[in-house]
Amino acid sequence: MNPVLTAPAEATFLGFPMAVFYFLLPVAGVALFVYIMARRMAPLVRAAPDPRLDHLGQRFRLMLKYAVGQYRHPRYLLPGLLHIALFAGFMVLSLRSITLIMTGFVDGYTLPGLGGTAGEVYSVLKDVAATVVLIAAGLAMIRRGIFKPERYDVPPEAGIKDHSWEAVLVLALICTLVTCDMLFEGSMDAALRQAGQHPELVVPGTGRWLFGNLFAGAPRSTLQAWHLGSFFVHNVVFFFFLNFLPMGKHFHVITSLPNVFLMKLKKGVIKPVRWGVSDDQLDELDSFGVKKFEDFTWKHMLDFYSCVDCGRCADQCPAYAVKRPLAPRFISIKCRDYAFEHYPLWGDIHPSDEPLIGSILSEDEIWSCTTCGACEAECPVFIEYIDKIVDLRRGMVEDGMVPQSLQKPLRALEKRGNPWGKLEKKRLAWSTDKEFAAECPVKVLDKKTAAETLYFVDSITSYDDRMQSIAQCTARILTALGVDFGILGRAEKDSGNEVRRFGEEMLFQELKAQNSEAIAASGVHRIVTADPHAFNTLKNEYPDSLPPVQHISQFLARKIRCGELKLKPLEADERVYTYHDPCYLGRHNDVYDDPRQVLDAVPGLRRVDMLESRDRSFCCGGGGLMLFYEPEEEQRMGVLRVEMARKAGASVIVTACPFCLVNIEDAIKVAGLEGKMEAIDLAELVARQMEV
Amino acid sequence: MDILVCVKRVPDTAENEIEVNSDGTDIERDDLVYSVNEWDNYAVEEALQIRDKVGGSVTVISVGDEESEEVLRREMAMGADGGILLSDDAFEGSDGRGVAAILKAAVEKGNYDLILTGAMADDGAAQVGGMLAAMLDRPFASLVNHIEVVDDKKLKVGREIEGGNQEMNEIDLPCVLSIQTGINEPRYVGIRGIRKVASLEIPVQGAGDLGIDPSTVGEAGAKVRRLEYFVPDLGEGAEILEGSTEEVIEKLIEILKAQGGIK
Repeated sequence: MNPVLTAPAEATFLGFPMAVFYFLLPVAGVALFVYIMARRMAPLVRAAPDPRLDHLGQRFRLMLKYAVGQYRHPRYLLPGLLHIALFAGFMVLSLRSITLIMTGFVDGYTLPGLGGTAGEVYSVLKDVAATVVLIAAGLAMIRRGIFKPERYDVPPEAGIKDHSWEAVLVLALICTLVTCDMLFEGSMDAALRQAGQHPELVVPGTGRWLFGNLFAGAPRSTLQAWHLGSFFVHNVVFFFFLNFLPMGKHFHVITSLPNVFLMKLKKGVIKPVRWGVSDDQLDELDSFGVKKFEDFTWKHMLDFYSCVDCGRCADQCPAYAVKRPLAPRFISIKCRDYAFEHYPLWGDIHPSDEPLIGSILSEDEIWSCTTCGACEAECPVFIEYIDKIVDLRRGMVEDGMVPQSLQKPLRALEKRGNPWGKLEKKRLAWSTDKEFAAECPVKVLDKKTAAETLYFVDSITSYDDRMQSIAQCTARILTALGVDFGILGRAEKDSGNEVRRFGEEMLFQELKAQNSEAIAASGVHRIVTADPHAFNTLKNEYPDSLPPVQHISQFLARKIRCGELKLKPLEADERVYTYHDPCYLGRHNDVYDDPRQVLDAVPGLRRVDMLESRDRSFCCGGGGLMLFYEPEEEQRMGVLRVEMARKAGASVIVTACPFCLVNIEDAIKVAGLEGKMEAIDLAELVARQMEV
Repeated sequence: MDILVCVKRVPDTAENEIEVNSDGTDIERDDLVYSVNEWDNYAVEEALQIRDKVGGSVTVISVGDEESEEVLRREMAMGADGGILLSDDAFEGSDGRGVAAILKAAVEKGNYDLILTGAMADDGAAQVGGMLAAMLDRPFASLVNHIEVVDDKKLKVGREIEGGNQEMNEIDLPCVLSIQTGINEPRYVGIRGIRKVASLEIPVQGAGDLGIDPSTVGEAGAKVRRLEYFVPDLGEGAEILEGSTEEVIEKLIEILKAQGGIK
């Protein structure tokens, strides 16, 4: 039986057998791709080390969930679903594209395992997938081209180009690829029908079905031209597409699966100054942190390649929201552009010793970050920002580039162990207040005085007039519940959570060593704190030999669950309460439910969640040293946060962090909402509602 | 340009509560933390910036006990090329003139184009810079908040004058300048920076090395003697508001309103 149409592998063009071209095309295309990839890897091999090949099973599962399963995408519903459609379609159609490439020089090629029934099923599947991809890409182009969501805007001061044209071009290429297959198949289907033969199963409504019908009455020569022409365009566009991917934001098509596989597994910890160098070898390092591009780790460079510029990070970033000069995605884009410029595809690579700060990044940009982690919780491909920002700060600290507003508190931390430079002996002033001490004596642990539990107070709760109330309430709660506890008193130093995050690693190491020693000497078996920043660093960054650490909300939730703690009903309080998730309790340590359980244990308390809650909580303005930093910003993060609470219908904001309380109380005043809105700490609320 | 910057170790006013001791001979020193005098830190930063622009060296020098080495080291961590500690039992109890005389002897042993001091010290009387210039018979400008190097013979120096106005002067080198805070933004010195210079040698020079007659300096040579410290009695109309910061602010606003200070 003669074929109804000449197959591409049998076709000639001006006497030249096209099979030769269709064979050479993938050879050249793949060779070029391998070359481009090798050039793209050039900076990664010069980068700092970063061990990421541990816990392979866990990594594989996470990759299935987040990369293959696209788990984070629907957090932005419409674009998320469009992306899932495109991605799923891509997975299905990749086999089809391989088949088409092979068909160019092996007529009638089928992939191993895709002959017979499986092949028929796949054929139906890919026709549906191609149609879905075409519709999704079309919608995405309309969205990008006509509706232009604000999230993709690039303000002129960002110093980068808008990448929307790239998105539209790639969507157009995708449309071309799937349309070509529809034309290729549709023309054949029509020709078969004209010859009185039955094509394989064609699902009505698919693009293939549509073109098969449109072509129904077309002459054979027209069908032949479409059949070969669409095939040619498909294969040429395919290899153009493949080699275009590593040129920009669509590199993610290649890098995001490995990027997710190689994600940071441990939250709440800042990476060491240099992987493989232990804390006590730090003095031997010549340089600290990231100063030039090659100081980044290779994984952080892979992050730059993987950024799709989707803007989700900046959309969630509190610094960006108040117009500080920071958008996480711009760091990635600027660094990727830097890599492309200094590691070009052709010609000599020319690494530069020019510092990144002052050229592509600015000091204010890097100090603007509160390390709240909203960007990292949102990024679909798990790009890390906090570690990079801390590494850049480490470089700046070593080179003396620290704003004056931060130098004073850092020096005070070095000399006095707290950022205000207050006297060590005043650290326990909240406990020696006469009235309070008479009602609730607090032990100061030393060689003679021991206790089961340590209450780690940390600096702000110890020294700030207003926050001392949290310390007193926490002590009252522990006393009422019969906990044998004490404090370190003047032996306690600042936990150093922010000292580390602001790049002063050596000072952090000193504070950590002093606290660890004092804690070990106290002989306690458990640690409780009401400060999530202290909680985070004690739990995640202090030596493993430290006793287990709990945040007071975890402790309280457990006492409520086992019935040891009963709370009184609210009296004549018609107000609506909302819980503000502190970044270092929620996002960095996954404690979301315990504080809510405690609130819900107060009979009569009406609680709503803000739209921006749990891992989408909006930072209050930042803790620790961030209180001292004087940023360029249009308004305070705290003010936005208070507005969010009002929008949710709440007038009482409960938080579980002294820094959140400072910032939110200030914001209420700044917003002129005194008397209308109130902020209270969870420990204060519980102390008030305790049945004694 | 070879620059010498005179620095002093002082109780850090930001991190201490200064109280007079019970017998009025001194302040309570038990719980004090010390650091480099703030004005001197600006002077060192300025010297480093000049050196980085026109070349040369920066040396930091201090009159004090062996603990003053700590502040010299911090300034060396900032980038100063060397430090000299002037220390001798005979120097103890020097008045301003005595300190200036000790520094003069050290300056004459070196070859410096420019000498910078802080405009004053947290615990001082703002007199050493001027006296040192006079003893050296070199031109002097005080409260300098701007320096431009014209050539190796001349500087342009700016001073803030009343009403926020600026005055510009030309001054011949070698000279002595006392530096005002705010002239620049001093760089940060981290613990790592200090450790890096921990093993550098800081020479110590005493009266003998400098050729100073011990009877002309220290307590023996002092012509100004401190009698006592005390807290002034509450004067007529003075009132100290007590309570938390917020209470104090509220009371203050009340008083200001009552007296017609604010409406």
